[in-house]
Amino acid sequence: MNDLRDLYQDVILDHSKNPRNEGRPENPGHEAKGNNPLCGDKITVYVTVDDGVLKDIRFEARGCAISVASASMMSELAKGKSAEDVRAMFDDFHEAVTSKEPVAPEEVEKLDKLAALIGVREFPMRVKCATLPWHTMASAIDDSTQEVTTE
Amino acid sequence: MSYDVSKIRNDFPILGEEIYGNPLVYLDNGASAQKPRAVIDAIGNTYEHEYANVHRGVHYMSQKATDAMENARETVRSFLNAADAREIIFVRGATEGINLVASSWAEMELRSGDEIILTEMEHHSNIVPWQFVRDRTGAVIKVAPISDDGELLMDEFEKLLSPRTRLVAVTHISNALGTVVPVAEIIRMAHDHGAKVLIDGCQAVPHMQIDVQALDADFYVFSGHKLYGPSGIGILYGKADLLNAMRPYHGGGEMINTVSFEESTFAELPFKFEAGTPHIAGAIALGAAVDYVTGIGLENIAAHESELLAYATEQLREINSVGLIGTAPEKAAILSFNLDDIHPHDVGTILDREGIAVRTGHHCAQPVMDRFDVAATVRASFGLYNTRQEVDALVASLRRVQEIFGA
Repeated sequence: MNDLRDLYQDVILDHSKNPRNEGRPENPGHEAKGNNPLCGDKITVYVTVDDGVLKDIRFEARGCAISVASASMMSELAKGKSAEDVRAMFDDFHEAVTSKEPVAPEEVEKLDKLAALIGVREFPMRVKCATLPWHTMASAIDDSTQEVTTE
Repeated sequence: MSYDVSKIRNDFPILGEEIYGNPLVYLDNGASAQKPRAVIDAIGNTYEHEYANVHRGVHYMSQKATDAMENARETVRSFLNAADAREIIFVRGATEGINLVASSWAEMELRSGDEIILTEMEHHSNIVPWQFVRDRTGAVIKVAPISDDGELLMDEFEKLLSPRTRLVAVTHISNALGTVVPVAEIIRMAHDHGAKVLIDGCQAVPHMQIDVQALDADFYVFSGHKLYGPSGIGILYGKADLLNAMRPYHGGGEMINTVSFEESTFAELPFKFEAGTPHIAGAIALGAAVDYVTGIGLENIAAHESELLAYATEQLREINSVGLIGTAPEKAAILSFNLDDIHPHDVGTILDREGIAVRTGHHCAQPVMDRFDVAATVRASFGLYNTRQEVDALVASLRRVQEIFGA
């Protein structure tokens, strides 16, 4: 049962019940939609990018605790950062949750709050739940019009 | 005759598996059922002792394999009480069976403005092929609505019938809701309007006796893997005069009579619809699955599952925030529900760690999910080997989910 506690930690449950930065903003800059058809997770991410910096990021999500928590944590960490830094964070996070290798302590530190989500790697069927908001945010930043899907 | 579920469980090797150190509690029979030793052995036995390509050879092994496969066809004929074994077509599964009817019957028969009636409860396999027909012929799809309990509204269904109705395609038992649909009545009403009826029997054949002649069904499909048989094999039943009038579905070997580059002529039923080398071992093992189920007796299986359904429903209702979806008075042992506002995916993951296999998601029935305004549900679906203790394990695990989520 340790595994489950690793996945459904208090911080994750907190973020899933009280998501930060939720709601459609009045003046959405770029937006992108993401969808996981296998489990019904749906998310829309709104970003306002000014001079290469994410001035604002919000989202609307209907989905499992993992996807909502990931979106919430992502929004807290990404706000105010440069688009490049956000992309780097995404790469680190994606690597941490999909890699077979144990995550090095410096990597864990770099991930900050996201480290709580590393537990999802023990649940391969749920990794897409954790990464969907990130893919969607990247798509919003790139101002792509194609809906992001996990399939 | 008392139902000895322990003895039955011993017939299923996989039920002895452990999942993360817990005994497997397999409650996903609606998606696919586990296999008894008799079915597993039928596959092995075929490949070890009676395998060669069927229908074509003059040698002994070919004859043996052909006999075994045709015996299986006759077993299925008897199981469905079809009039003739030529009306039993081996296909890959119900989905292929439905696509066959859509392509070989509907696309030929239907004209622009003709009507196809479906229900809100249908599995995607009984929706998408008809959309193809609609796109190719200009036919129109009408959808019969269901009540909040998940019952088909028969008055509303009747209103949809018109002089232009050519086909009614309906599930016998809803995989998402468990509703048992009054198909005999639907067939009678459809026939009064000159329409044909295709029944999706996937969830029905493992749980109740089917008599296609008594039902007067035009087409009836089911998949082997939900009937404790192998995957990759299924059955399309069709009335002989309908099947005879239909053009072939797939072309190739087996389904021909003569072939030249100018023209080919086609085989008689059932082979006209069985192009290429079939899943020989699969067909034979499907026969073994039918024998296994009829050996226990479908009435006995139905009684056992009915008890489980009642017990499980009662236990789930005691958990305060379980919302059951699909509460028709007549139901199969399928329980679809949501727990608080916890996403089914999270419920399923926690249950999984305790060895409990349920299905979470839209169950290939997105329209039903939309009808009840949910993205997904948790579904526990019972089979002939499930027990009350397994229901208890499910309930205990659900309470644990609530603990974790602080609900």
